[in-house]
Amino acid sequence: MAIRGLWAATALAGALVLGGCASKGDERPQTASAKPKAPAPGRGKGYSHDPFPSTYRAYPGVATLVTNVTVYDGEGGRIERGSVLFADGKVVGIGQGLTAPAGATVIDGTGKWVTPGIIDIHSHLGDYPSPGVQALSDGNEATDPVTADVWAEHSVWPQDPGFGRALANGGVTTLQILPGSANLFGGRSVVLKNVYARTMQGMKFPGAPYGLKMACGENPKRVYGSKGRKPATRMGNVAVDRQTWAKAADYRRKWDRYEDQGGDEPSRDIAMDTLRGVLSGEIRVQNHCYRADEMAIVMDMAKEFGYKVTAFHHAVEAYKIGDLLKQNDTCAAVWADWYGFKMESYDGIGENLALLHKAGACVMIHSDDANGIQRLNQEVAKALAAGRRAGIEVSDAAAWRWLSLAPAKALGIDDRTGSLKPGKMADVVLWNGDPLSVYTRPEKVWVDGALLYDANDPKRRPVSDFELGQPGEGDVK
Amino acid sequence: MKALLLLAAAFVAAPVAAQTIAITGGTVAIGDGSAPIPGGTVVIRDGRIVAVGRSVAVPAGAQTVDATGKWVTPGIVAGIGSLGLVDAGGVGESNDGSARTSPFNAALDVSTALNPNGVLIGNERAGGVTRAIVTSDASTSIFGGQGAIIDLGADPDPVTKPRAFQYVELGESGADHAGGSRPAAYAMLFDAFAQAADYRRNPAAFDGRGRDALLKRADAEALLPVLDGRMPLVVHVERASDIRQVLTLPRRYPSLKLVLAGAGEGWMVAQEIAAARVPVMASAIADLPASFEQLAATESNVGRMTRAGITVGVLFDGSGGEHGLTQFAGNLVAIGKVPGATGLDWGQALATITSKPAQVMGLDAEIGSLRPGRRADVVVWSGDPLELSSAAEAVWIDGRSQPMNSRQRRLRDRYLTPGETALPKAYSR
Repeated sequence: MAIRGLWAATALAGALVLGGCASKGDERPQTASAKPKAPAPGRGKGYSHDPFPSTYRAYPGVATLVTNVTVYDGEGGRIERGSVLFADGKVVGIGQGLTAPAGATVIDGTGKWVTPGIIDIHSHLGDYPSPGVQALSDGNEATDPVTADVWAEHSVWPQDPGFGRALANGGVTTLQILPGSANLFGGRSVVLKNVYARTMQGMKFPGAPYGLKMACGENPKRVYGSKGRKPATRMGNVAVDRQTWAKAADYRRKWDRYEDQGGDEPSRDIAMDTLRGVLSGEIRVQNHCYRADEMAIVMDMAKEFGYKVTAFHHAVEAYKIGDLLKQNDTCAAVWADWYGFKMESYDGIGENLALLHKAGACVMIHSDDANGIQRLNQEVAKALAAGRRAGIEVSDAAAWRWLSLAPAKALGIDDRTGSLKPGKMADVVLWNGDPLSVYTRPEKVWVDGALLYDANDPKRRPVSDFELGQPGEGDVK
Repeated sequence: MKALLLLAAAFVAAPVAAQTIAITGGTVAIGDGSAPIPGGTVVIRDGRIVAVGRSVAVPAGAQTVDATGKWVTPGIVAGIGSLGLVDAGGVGESNDGSARTSPFNAALDVSTALNPNGVLIGNERAGGVTRAIVTSDASTSIFGGQGAIIDLGADPDPVTKPRAFQYVELGESGADHAGGSRPAAYAMLFDAFAQAADYRRNPAAFDGRGRDALLKRADAEALLPVLDGRMPLVVHVERASDIRQVLTLPRRYPSLKLVLAGAGEGWMVAQEIAAARVPVMASAIADLPASFEQLAATESNVGRMTRAGITVGVLFDGSGGEHGLTQFAGNLVAIGKVPGATGLDWGQALATITSKPAQVMGLDAEIGSLRPGRRADVVVWSGDPLELSSAAEAVWIDGRSQPMNSRQRRLRDRYLTPGETALPKAYSR
């Protein structure tokens, strides 16, 4: 019925990475080749890989010591009556008996928990923002099955009220925004810090790799089949995929040769730039796929063209092929229990996450939903309990990996966030109780050491431009 | 009185289990808003609750169920949705939840489509859902049709009360279905009621058969019990101003028995809803300005409306199956601990998914709680039923013990052992 929630037919993803990207303006190395040939720009330097650079900067924080808390470090460790110290935006240490440096804020967290901030690898906030009106519906460029040329960041509306809810209710500090799943190649993803800014660039996670959102299954074949276009079947999906990869391989060869050897500059193709980035390992494939058999086909296709699927998203049947995923070093990003809402979700079970964990595959929770992102900790609690009922024992602390370190790894940012390891970004949540209990909420959330949500201080709760002056004013009234 | 008699008639067909069962030792939550009772006993006889409490004697000859260390509650009453009408939402062939090209609207009677053998029914039953409020979605008109109250029992008759309410859209969706504006939705509503009155005065003279008739005979006929107040009119609106507008309808149609569904901005007009004695089915978790009619959505909505004296049941608006209502109710407790927000205490929270929805639909004398006389829809849980780690372990509907297996459980069991074994997975069952 129309009262139903928001999960839309949108979700798809793809994320890639751009490391320290060179820009075209850089000094180009001169090669020794003599002839009239143009000089070779050098590999990866033929064009800018970072034309919309991050302008995010950490907000000021104060050195903070949270004491007497239960700590999940995000890597599987648990400390009882422990402390967490962070300063200058970075984690300094966790353990027992830490002492506060002079001038530090000390918070007694007796009865409370501290964890790394939650990372959602699959969100459409900003691209499908609230309010969900057509004018703001910017998540699916559903005009062609291959739109590797579009970048989700160019649709992100930084005033989406959903960012603030994800922070305050969900403890989400980092999220990947993906294009939707209407297309086989949906476009580039972007990784954001969950900090409001006036521009998308102001939210962009510095140096995070890009992703490429791909989709298999029902959505592309339905969207284009209903228009009398290819693909109208699953075999059509794979045919268009392979043809596109073949073209990308050719594009890559031309550009690699030019960048290495100089000569005539090949013509640019914005879509092929992204696919070349995948083939060179710079951009990560985030692949919407529900069915086990289709995931197996996609992994073979990836081998055929020499790329890797970083993660299958939704992956409701991943539990059937945990061994295959493990062999291919491909992750599954899943819901706890969504099932039955379409044919390809008919076999969804609540034990998916736990069964994959048991199989030794890389697995994590994801939301794909503006409401679900506010309760990812609860989703993990459900998945954990379902697993335990099936005899799969995973500790609470180990399960927190599904919320932080596993998605950080799949996004290629685990050297900077995703756990409370000293030196990492101080993306930290203080929960008012056990975060795997339904009765618990974030009490404070820090991003890069800056306190950006405090349940006890109405001034530390963001209200987006859209909600300012509206009734409720961002659910703070 | 007439309404009561009809109600009674509707229940006659329900199956009865001639058996006495005593569930002992558990933490018993009656579901009426009261606090849980440690070490309580629930006695079921002939399909009804006959006694509940701490010092209840186990009748001689009763089958006893030891629930020590467990929790015992009424079954969840889920709604408003399409349970029983749909195999997989996105599979149009399997979906009786809407009728996009039908010439009929208010006449659509979902009780003709219910399939108690559906996979979703089996899964949700094993998850502790025992009754559901189901309706078809409005699509070609503001009217969705006649909804039903069903049970999820593993038996051939899922209907608790057919034609239990009429469903109508009067907010943004209603505007859309009526041709593009709220005034168009109200014009459609007023015209439909006027035509229904015409039909009542002189059925033979009523047009309503032509291709261009704005209201078909069957639709007009279906609206008569609504005008008479014998059938509640469930109105989906979200915006405060829309709620106010709906609350004026009884001035024009004095017998109308209103129920609000959605009411995302209900907290802003809570005093008016309470004064009108209109019950509400609302979301526990919708806190985003998901549309221009929900700008003031907040997780405090249910708490604030309840505090104002409104009868509020919680809608299922999630995606993991209706058993997730326990999680929604738990969140109503959680939000109460956040400064500035309003939640519910535990007993009230459980009531929003058991007795309150029953009360909203006028069926709380029959279902939704463990108070004596109610149908014995009982669930034994592994722990606190609102907590994420808990699961239903035993379910009775009308006093009958229900199977706890389900297709999803079978899939789990098949894949507990990874990889192929001596034979393909297809042989493992």
